[in-house]
Amino acid sequence: MSALAEPTGAPAAWPNTYGDEAKPRMGFFTDTTVCIGCKACEVACKEWNLIPEDGLEWSGLSYDNTGELSANSWRHVAFVEQAKPLKLDGELATADGGPEPLRWLMESDVCKHCTHAGCLDACPTGSLFRTEFGTVVVQEDICNGCGYCVPACPFGVIDKRDLPRSPDDAPLALPLLGKKEDGRVWKCTLCYDRLKGGHEPACAKACPTDSIQFGELDELRGRAQKRLEKLEAEGWNGPRLYGEDPDDGVGGFGAFFLLLDEPEVYGLPPDPVVPTAQLPRLWRTTALAAAAVTVGIAAAFLGGRE
Amino acid sequence: MTYAHPNGNGSITAVGTTMESYYGKPIVKEPVWKAEIPWYLFMGGVAGAASVLHGLARVTGNHRLARSCLYIGAVADAVSPVLLISDLGRPERFLNMLRVFKVTSPMSVGSWILVASSGASNTAAALEGLGILRPVKWLAEAASFVTGPPLATYTGALLANTAIPVWSEARDELPWVFGASAAASAGAAATVFTPADAAGPARRAAIAGVAVELGLVQAMERKLGFVGEVYRQGEAGRYGRVSKLCTAAGAGLLALRGKRSRAAAVTGGALVLAGELALRWSVFKAGFQSARDPRYTVRPQKERLQKKGARR
Repeated sequence: MSALAEPTGAPAAWPNTYGDEAKPRMGFFTDTTVCIGCKACEVACKEWNLIPEDGLEWSGLSYDNTGELSANSWRHVAFVEQAKPLKLDGELATADGGPEPLRWLMESDVCKHCTHAGCLDACPTGSLFRTEFGTVVVQEDICNGCGYCVPACPFGVIDKRDLPRSPDDAPLALPLLGKKEDGRVWKCTLCYDRLKGGHEPACAKACPTDSIQFGELDELRGRAQKRLEKLEAEGWNGPRLYGEDPDDGVGGFGAFFLLLDEPEVYGLPPDPVVPTAQLPRLWRTTALAAAAVTVGIAAAFLGGRE
Repeated sequence: MTYAHPNGNGSITAVGTTMESYYGKPIVKEPVWKAEIPWYLFMGGVAGAASVLHGLARVTGNHRLARSCLYIGAVADAVSPVLLISDLGRPERFLNMLRVFKVTSPMSVGSWILVASSGASNTAAALEGLGILRPVKWLAEAASFVTGPPLATYTGALLANTAIPVWSEARDELPWVFGASAAASAGAAATVFTPADAAGPARRAAIAGVAVELGLVQAMERKLGFVGEVYRQGEAGRYGRVSKLCTAAGAGLLALRGKRSRAAAVTGGALVLAGELALRWSVFKAGFQSARDPRYTVRPQKERLQKKGARR
């Protein structure tokens, strides 16, 4: 049964459901080794997708004033300051008696568009769906703000928007239960509208160093492998691909990364697993427990006719 | 010169190990659910197990107990959807829950279970009150009996099917804990509203439910290991202690004096109900606490990777 398939291989029901309209699976390869932390991706994303402003505060955490991916930040550049050498040997490594090693890592984080997406599996309304490009998108006219996708994401990407709804919005059908905030969940759509028009996503378009590369996922994986081999040959400190493996806990990311340290250093989970991978067993446990409730209460009726 | 970041850029210590993090920031998002959800976890449990108590009381000819369980279940079943709809970000779109049926989503499956259970028990209660259409009432009672147990336990799957460490790592225990808690809650509620001579099965369900649940919670916390420490901290810890105290005291009172003293039956039942509500709050809050600290996300995953590496 495909609905509860093991988390490997292709996304469930894609691309078959699209028939002739299916497109190659598109994604991002974010090469953090060339990121310069300019945040053009964050700005381009906000502008193209009309994402509301959500606070202008200094965090004090290096140059990161965005903080995290959220309903109102679909790209987030992480800044990591480390007392580690950039290269294991050569001029960028520290010789004995030389200056302290220091490297400044930058990584533009984004929704991973998982092959097996926890948010999509969890969505009870069918608002979250897989597009013909194999990406994961929220249909905002269907989302009812139940919030179940939020804890279902192993990366903490998708989030509920709590900003005031626009004054132009249609009046509520149930005014008594109406809330003052937007109330729906939002995340990166991989610029579904731009893709439909044959354009690359806004962040990739704006990236001045090609740290964010957009393309067909298969092609990107090959490109990333070559880049990794080059960095290893040049003696860089700690290069690794993150999320390119179709055998990982989410069946591989549609948007994967080249990092220079452990994933958790960038605020990423080291071994993400889609919650649904455990669901067949969890349903069995639930059914057994339900049967036990019945049997247990029945036993209370036998317990004594005193 | 060593560059020391004021916020310590990342190194955090967990028992025996040092781990990196991104400024100690959370990796998974905290749930966005509000107070309605732990109340629903409690109410849904009462509704589900009350349907079972009601059905069995009916079959065994204990109509006094059957009637109070039917009304308790109907009230809890009627309150539950209101709580859930009130928690939605867009309550006016609550019917979108019934656009699809997705076995991959415990929220979807649960919505359908709740619709069936709530419809059945409220139909049965209304017909009982009006004293009409007895065959329809029997059908509704049967439907309520069948949908009750899954209503009592699916909420365990709802929480466990997430990336929240303290919930997902307890996937083998949560449906059992919630099932036992539901049986205890419904039994306690029926004990409060039923004369002692008819309430025997409800009393025993409450006492046994509490006993089983106390054991299961202990087992769950032990199995969770490092992640389970959130159950000893903060709000989760406080609610947990209140829960253990109230359920144990209430069950003890029911066992010792519940049969003879009406006052003891009401007090004991109320204590168990308060304790079960506190248990739901404890589990709810533990989820938030475990999401907030990246150690609970990173360490189990690192250990998993090490095991995988060792196997290769």
